[in-house]
Amino acid sequence: MVHVSATPVLALRGVSKRFGAVQALTDVELEVHAGEVVALVGDNGAGKSTLVKTIAGVHPIDEGVIEWEGSPVSINKPHDAQGLGVATVYQDLALCDNLDVVANLYLGRELLHRGVIDEVTMEQKARELLSTLSIRIPSVRIPIASLSGGQRQVVAIARALIGDPKVVILDEPTAALGVEQTAQVLDLVERLRERNLGVILISHNMADVKAVADTVAVLRLGKNNGSFPVKDTTHEEIIAAITGATDNAVTRRAGRRTTEAAK
Amino acid sequence: MSDTSKTVKQDPEPASQETVAPADDPTAAPVAVVDPRLLIREEGLKGYWTEFKRKVKGGEIGSLPVVLGLIVIWTVFQLQNDRFLSAENLSNISFYLSATGMLAIGLVFVLLLGEIDLSVASVSGLASTLFAVFVVNHDMNAWFSLLLTILVGIGVGTLHGWFFAKLGVPAFVVTLAGFLGWNGLMLWLLGSTGTINIPDTGPVHLLGQRSFFMDQAIIGAYLLAALGVVSLLAGSLIEQRRRKAAGVPHRTNAEIALRVGLLAVAAFVAAYVLNSSAGVSNALVIFLACLVIVDFVLRRTPFGRKVFAVGGGIEAARRAGINVPMIRITVFAIAGGFAAVGGMFFAGQTQSASLTSGGGNTLMLAIAAAVIGGTSLFGGRGTVWSALLGMLVIQSIQTGLDLLNMNTSIQYMITGAVLLGAVVIDSVSRKSQKAAGRA
Repeated sequence: MVHVSATPVLALRGVSKRFGAVQALTDVELEVHAGEVVALVGDNGAGKSTLVKTIAGVHPIDEGVIEWEGSPVSINKPHDAQGLGVATVYQDLALCDNLDVVANLYLGRELLHRGVIDEVTMEQKARELLSTLSIRIPSVRIPIASLSGGQRQVVAIARALIGDPKVVILDEPTAALGVEQTAQVLDLVERLRERNLGVILISHNMADVKAVADTVAVLRLGKNNGSFPVKDTTHEEIIAAITGATDNAVTRRAGRRTTEAAK
Repeated sequence: MSDTSKTVKQDPEPASQETVAPADDPTAAPVAVVDPRLLIREEGLKGYWTEFKRKVKGGEIGSLPVVLGLIVIWTVFQLQNDRFLSAENLSNISFYLSATGMLAIGLVFVLLLGEIDLSVASVSGLASTLFAVFVVNHDMNAWFSLLLTILVGIGVGTLHGWFFAKLGVPAFVVTLAGFLGWNGLMLWLLGSTGTINIPDTGPVHLLGQRSFFMDQAIIGAYLLAALGVVSLLAGSLIEQRRRKAAGVPHRTNAEIALRVGLLAVAAFVAAYVLNSSAGVSNALVIFLACLVIVDFVLRRTPFGRKVFAVGGGIEAARRAGINVPMIRITVFAIAGGFAAVGGMFFAGQTQSASLTSGGGNTLMLAIAAAVIGGTSLFGGRGTVWSALLGMLVIQSIQTGLDLLNMNTSIQYMITGAVLLGAVVIDSVSRKSQKAAGRA
């Protein structure tokens, strides 16, 4: 899918972030459109996690602008990001093992009926949500402890959707999953795109990236190192951009964005 | 579970709500595709039984140890002394369990967080002493003093919670300091007098042994029993109708009948026994009312859900936007409040505040009650009814040993063994829950 919409739902313009003596992000640009899956790739320490944490409000940015639907916003704490409509699924899923699926989906935003938790409506909506996402779990009333790793992952992603977000950030959603479960999660990512959500997908797995992403944004040493449409980019070109073993052809090919030439 | 049929059914009930019988729903629910490896319960009573066996094997024993424990304890004591199961003695048990039971309610909150409060007994002693000082030394209104005492208890709990949640001091240490410190404050308040006798009026009379629901009217006990049974029946039917309307799994009529029937038998037998002695003591009525309210708060309100969430995973709770320090402070404040109320119950029993208030093995009994009743020491699992069930066991042992004129030394040893046994059961069941993929 090639994005043609004018205004990106989320855009980072020249974002920088320092931790003490370390310049974690330098002048980073990123655009996410509605209905677009942007894969964020890069080696360990390239700044992927820092970047998503600035979007999620965990680390406020030092310089630059974050634009939300075209207008600049300030995201200083996780609550700000959630308020805008950014949902983040971290690698450690952070589900409560002792609570059942419904309780976990609605944790922190329980539906109330005269001040009392409305279990019936919550259960009904949870079942609807899980079935529209074609998520298969034994029952919405069993504790998370009984679910497998892949099932927990899809529950965590489904949970991100409860608040009706516009952008979903997935941090290595397939890292610990088997073949079948990975396919299920990738299916789910595609269904998020069909729902016209912007998706930022962090992954080390090029097969996954090629399978679902529309755009690949490469980070290297805290800087943009190219942004490629997945359709006309080869595996090797992406790897080259990640590792820095690239001649300038790659960046010329990317063309649209002015990035610092790779060293 | 090899005998399990593979019909497509769902389990609508969270495990945390389970008590003795597996409370599941065999009604049909349309589910698109189900993993064929999934074990599904078959319909009817046989299904309940197989599910029950599977849960016990998986470590989800719930209140099973309590039921077995009670049967063993009552049999043993009855064989030793045939007055044990007399109406008078059972009535005594029902009266005396409420005071320590109040401490146990507060402890259930703390245990749900996976923490411990070692100060509840000292705070209860301090509360009864404060109340005595207010009423006797300062001539204050008894009800106003009661309110003030409970507020002090809440304040003390808040202080513990603040040290724990804001400064990161382990709750164990904070409340151990409280255990000693508040006991010291109580001794200082009592000073040279040693014991303050409290006049038998107002709240002290209400909580005393000669105050009964509806002034011992026979109908009173049955009214209470009927109220409980009718509430459960009405609540279950309303829930069933709402669930049917929403198209989610619901309990069958047979299951509702079974649950209501079990409660009805227990409630009316208890009412009959208490009536053949003196009636239902007001202390017990207040204790039961507190249980119902707290159970509702824990299971049906956002606050209760947050308590369970913090007990189940602090990081998950924090990411969900839950103010973890606030929940922790509130829970310790609740524990302090219930400790103060428990102190008032003790004052009602003895109509005095003395150097021994809240001393001895009170703390151990309260912790043992909560754990025996099925609330886990590891957090996130349990119900407030464990305060009642556990206290039934603990108070039966206490009263039984008293009947047999056992020495305090023996009582302490037995109480210690019971507490250890309860914790062992909790730990072992948690291990098998992990093995069965349920923890």
